[in-house]
Order: sequence, then structure tokens, then C-alpha cells
Amino acid sequence: MTSSRLVAPELTTIEVHGLTREAFLLRATLAAGATYGALSATPYITKALAQEGGGDVEILNFALTLELLETDFYKMALKEVNGLSADDKKLTTELRDNEAEHVDALTATIKKLGGTPAKKPTFQFPGAFGSRTAYLKVANTLEDTGVSAYNGAAPAIESGEVLGAAGSIVQVEARHSALIRLVRNESPAPRAFDKASEMDAVLKAIKPFIKS
Amino acid sequence: MTDSALRELADDPSSRKRFFKMIGGAGAVSAFGVVLAACGGDDDEEDSGGSAGGETEMTGGDNAGDLKIVNYALTLEFLEAEFYKEVLESGMIKDKKVGELAKSIQENEQEHVDALTATAKQLGGTPAAKPKTKFQDVISKGPETILMTAADVENLGAAAYLGAAGGIKSKEILAAALSIHTVEARHAAALNALVGRDFKAKGGQGSIPDGAFAKGMDMDAVLKAVQPFIAS
Repeated sequence: MTSSRLVAPELTTIEVHGLTREAFLLRATLAAGATYGALSATPYITKALAQEGGGDVEILNFALTLELLETDFYKMALKEVNGLSADDKKLTTELRDNEAEHVDALTATIKKLGGTPAKKPTFQFPGAFGSRTAYLKVANTLEDTGVSAYNGAAPAIESGEVLGAAGSIVQVEARHSALIRLVRNESPAPRAFDKASEMDAVLKAIKPFIKS
Repeated sequence: MTDSALRELADDPSSRKRFFKMIGGAGAVSAFGVVLAACGGDDDEEDSGGSAGGETEMTGGDNAGDLKIVNYALTLEFLEAEFYKEVLESGMIKDKKVGELAKSIQENEQEHVDALTATAKQLGGTPAAKPKTKFQDVISKGPETILMTAADVENLGAAAYLGAAGGIKSKEILAAALSIHTVEARHAAALNALVGRDFKAKGGQGSIPDGAFAKGMDMDAVLKAVQPFIAS
């Protein structure tokens, strides 16, 4: 049994045995620790391992963080990016509104499951709003990251209801990505099978956008 | 709940690499086989035994339901792949950019056909036969009708995968279905935008037709909707 790949090197001594879902969550939680600060991970680990069904809450909070990030991103883009066409603004507004609805739905679901919704981090998007081109490129990256994050996490979801919600949201993220890609003259569906990313890879990818 | 697939992926870096390579795109057919063979199919609840890897057979009950869904998806992908193939052969699409998009979508659908065929076989089943189709009515009406129909069919495909996903027992097959689901959604959004439809358009169509939360469709409704394209 090999130890899992962890973002924080000092944690590599931890052997993760074949706990499947729990192992998945544990690794993600440790990655979250590496992203948000090591101390913050401890209560999550305890919670993830102690609670039956608590894993869905962890996944939902992971998704919530991504949706908070996207919502803030589009909100700020509407204010800060110069040179957006009327169509660009219309698309950005639709995306912002969709993401905000995802935030509300995920927050409500987490509460319903007895969990505590993740707090909104302070985000930063250095360089992203300097031009239309720069903005669309980052939007493309964020939406594709969102798709791969949901697709990667969904098989670990325990509740059928939560899985249904995740599927319903990820389809919309994929549509967002395709629409942004069209505007950028990029292929809307660059591969036949969309990527599925592990939580730690996603958290690493969004780390530059998290100020604190 | 345990899941030998995720366990395998979590514990075996080479297996994980193969899996994500597959999900990432290239070599889908062989990779689906690899994933299913490497992971085993046992995702029975509370299976605490150390059965990671090695198994290639799935348990009967799970298998039958998943096979049915895989063959249902395969039928839809056959329809889509054939439609784009005939559209491209007809020479009706003159616009170079639209033609390129149609070709890339056709290739995606064919990869889905190949992967689902391999998956049905891995499950020990018989892949669904390619249905006899009739698209000439649509194709003869020209590019606008062709693209509108394509946009409708892709919205249907995305809704079909979303509606079926919850019934999939095997985590490997669920992961594969999800990775196809979002590609159908991408096709749908792009084509609906291309034909000039708004986010929400008439008849339940559009590039984001259900708003922030996509709706799934059940198998009966989907099969009924594609009936006009099936020659009896």
C-alpha cells in the first residue's frame, strides 16, 4: 500500500490505507490544510473521519468554495474589465447569476445536512481584469476547473440527492465553459471525455486566487 | 461504503494515472477496458474485504442495471454520431467554421460510441446494435434545420445522461458517464448559441435552458423524443 500523494510534503509520512472514500476526503482535507493553512485542516479531518455521511458535507463545502470564487470573479469582472461588448456583459451577468444560485443552493444543502457552510475566503485575481482577453482566459480556466472538480468529486458522493444536485450544477458549468470558449474562438468541447480532477489538484489550482 | 475503484485509484499511482489519462481524452476505448479491469466492479456496500484490484467480473444485480444504462447511452451516441456523419457527407454545411465544429462533435460522439461499446463488453454484456436511422428529412431542409436539430438533440443527450446518472451502481461507470455528460452539455451550449438562441429559448431549448440547475430526463421520455429519427 503506497502512501497518498499529498500537497504538503511534511504530511507524506501518513499512510492512507484502503479507506476509499474516507481516504479521498482525508487527502482532500489535508490539501485544504496546505491551501488554507495547516492548522485549519485538523478539525476537518476529525469531522470527516468521525461522521457517517459527513463526507458529503466536505464535498459540498469544497464545491461551495469554488462557486463563491466564481461568483466573486464575475461580479468583479463586470465592474473592472474595460472593453466588454454588450454580449460579453450579458454573458458575464448570466454566469454571475447562475454561480450565485449555486452558492445559495449549496449553502442550503449543507445546512440541511447539519453541516456548517464554508466561509467565503477573500479572493484576488491579479491581472485577470486588465483586458477582455485576460478576463476571458481566466474565466475559461475557472469554468473548466469547475467541471473537472465536480466530475472528480461526484463519484465519492454518498447521497443520491446530493449527487443529483452536483450533476445538475456541473452540466451548467460545462455550458458556461463552452460559451466562454466560443467567445474566445476556442473549441467548445476540446476532448471527448471531460477531465475529472482530484480535490487536492483543484485546491492547488485555485490557490493563487485565495488571498486569505 | 467502500469502492474498490476509488481505492485502487487512491492507492495505485499508475492506475490513477491511467484513469485520468482516460478521462483526459486520448485512447478512450482501451482505457475504459483498463479502468474496468483494474478496478474490478465490486462496489457493494460495506464490502470491507481487501478486494482492491484484480477482479474483472461484476456482481449480477449491479451489472444488469448498469448494462442497461450503458446500452441506452450507446443507442443515443449511435444516433448522434450517425447524424453528424450524414450531415458532413451531405455537404449541406458550407460555413467552414461550422463544418469544423460539426466534424469535431462527430469525432467526440464516435469516441463515445467506441468507449460505451467496450464498456458493455467489459460488463459481460452484448453492446446495443446500431439503430437504423432516418435523418434525410432534416438534412434535406438545409443548414438551419440541421443545426437547430443538432442543438435540440444535444440538449436531449445532456438531459439523458443527467437523468440516468443516479441509477448507475458502479463508480467507474458513473465517472465515465459524468465525463461524457459534460461534453454533451458543451456541444449543446455551443450549438444553441450558434443558432442564435438565447440562454433560455422557446420550447425549452437554449444554451442554458434550465438556468442555474440543469434538469434530467428519464429514459422513456428521451427514447420517445428520438423516435422520429429511428427507422422501423
